[in-house]
Amino acid sequence: MARYDRAITVFSPDGHLFQVEYALEAVRKGNAAVGVRGTDAIVLGVEKKSTPKLQDSRSVRKIVSLDTHIALACAGLKADARVLINRARIECQSHRLTVEDPVTVEYITRYIAGLQQKYTQSGGVRPFGLSALIVGFDPDTGVPALYQTDPSGTFSAWKANATGRNSNSMREFLEKNYKETSGQETVKLAIRALLEVVESGGKNIEIAVMTKEQGLRQLEEAEIDAIVAEIEAEKAAAEAAKKPPSKDSLV
Amino acid sequence: MVSSLLPRRPNSRMMELHLTGFESCPLFPGGVVADHGENPLAAASFQLPACSDFDGFQKDAIQMMKPAKGTTTLAFVFKEGVIVASDSRATMGGYISSQSVKKIVEINPHMLGTIAGGAADCQFWHRNLGIKCRLHELANKRRISVTGASKLLANILYSYKGMGLSVGTMIAGWDEKGPGLYYVDNEGGRLKGTRFSVGSGSPYAYGVLDSGYQFDMSVEEAAELARRAIYHATFHDGASGGVASVYHVGPQGWKKLSGDDVGELHYKYYPVIPTPTEQEMADTSAA
Repeated sequence: MARYDRAITVFSPDGHLFQVEYALEAVRKGNAAVGVRGTDAIVLGVEKKSTPKLQDSRSVRKIVSLDTHIALACAGLKADARVLINRARIECQSHRLTVEDPVTVEYITRYIAGLQQKYTQSGGVRPFGLSALIVGFDPDTGVPALYQTDPSGTFSAWKANATGRNSNSMREFLEKNYKETSGQETVKLAIRALLEVVESGGKNIEIAVMTKEQGLRQLEEAEIDAIVAEIEAEKAAAEAAKKPPSKDSLV
Repeated sequence: MVSSLLPRRPNSRMMELHLTGFESCPLFPGGVVADHGENPLAAASFQLPACSDFDGFQKDAIQMMKPAKGTTTLAFVFKEGVIVASDSRATMGGYISSQSVKKIVEINPHMLGTIAGGAADCQFWHRNLGIKCRLHELANKRRISVTGASKLLANILYSYKGMGLSVGTMIAGWDEKGPGLYYVDNEGGRLKGTRFSVGSGSPYAYGVLDSGYQFDMSVEEAAELARRAIYHATFHDGASGGVASVYHVGPQGWKKLSGDDVGELHYKYYPVIPTPTEQEMADTSAA
């Protein structure tokens, strides 16, 4: 097995590309990220690991915009992400120049995935160690879209998805609780999914909302705290409703 | 303007933004990572001719290569879409080589292009544009806009600037934003507009077209205006003639409306009226 992971252009005898699978491992160790598509907004949420006291947290933005109507969050190697994001930003502008139209979400996802695939089929390079969640509104149709790419270069569209640490639990939660939402409800759903795997509180979660009119808006810590408080209150109310009436009342 | 940022490199693909400085890996010769396919570090060069006035020599060479665009083509946007019309004469100097050249090419069922200048250049690049439009459709699952198609062509022509291409074309179509008309030429210019005429006969065509144009015309009125404009251009311009073809581009695509020989159109617009004196002479000889 060890013989087949040095030069990634080589398949293993049982059809695996080990470098790509190792890259997926790197993604699984990255911070949790979730994306939820609503009818009029798409929400991206990312786990924020505790910032060292001396670090300027503003320089560690994990949700970035690729164009005025497209945003990206990712899990995995942050340095690889920076390079990929720069290339995607250039492609967004290049597309505007050559066809006088902003990119569609599908186009830029296809470009990013194509780039990730190129690095799985070249000599002397390793794959990008990240999975990206790409959200945005198509410029002509105004339809919201959420796409995910992975180190192998595959991509697909999702109603809601999660990647990174404990993504399976988040995805299970979303599968159980997803429904078409709009506005604040979409934000709450994304935060609830993140809270399944992340310590609660505005300090540990970064949330950004993409709307057609306002583009990408990062939520303030205070806002997130308020919504988290709402969610906790709702949870407590739901628990109380479920509990059977106490024996005292029967007496 | 944007074009000053872009490297002028003779290549037959779309122009790309200069990406050095954003590359993550060091470029090595034949580098697999560079996606332009060329090594930007290699300097393009060729030998210069030994002469005293190189600039003058260059200008003469370009003038020699720059053929006049002997033709008449026109297109205009109106309420019901776009009308595209042309003559069908091809000349080599003073020799009329053909009276039946197709100067309106069908790029796809919703887009037309016109030919003026070098026939080979126009035919090849329009066909190439058709290929690119189809690839765009397949990749993006929707038809390319007229804006996008004309921009693709303009970028290609710009990358060949100064090398002797002779293309003066109009791209007309109907896309999601409605009717669209662009003029694109071998200098790399690209103009959006509502009325264009290209070729040696264009001044004559503009005269008729501009004075008769109204946005609220019916398809028949617009076609007749285009036909008359082409006819008058062929009358005065020796390099235009043959058949006046008229096409209409509507929301469902393009449709050829007519193809009339301009000689016949002449007698239709200006029928021969027998003069009275000839009849008198015939009478006296009978008596």
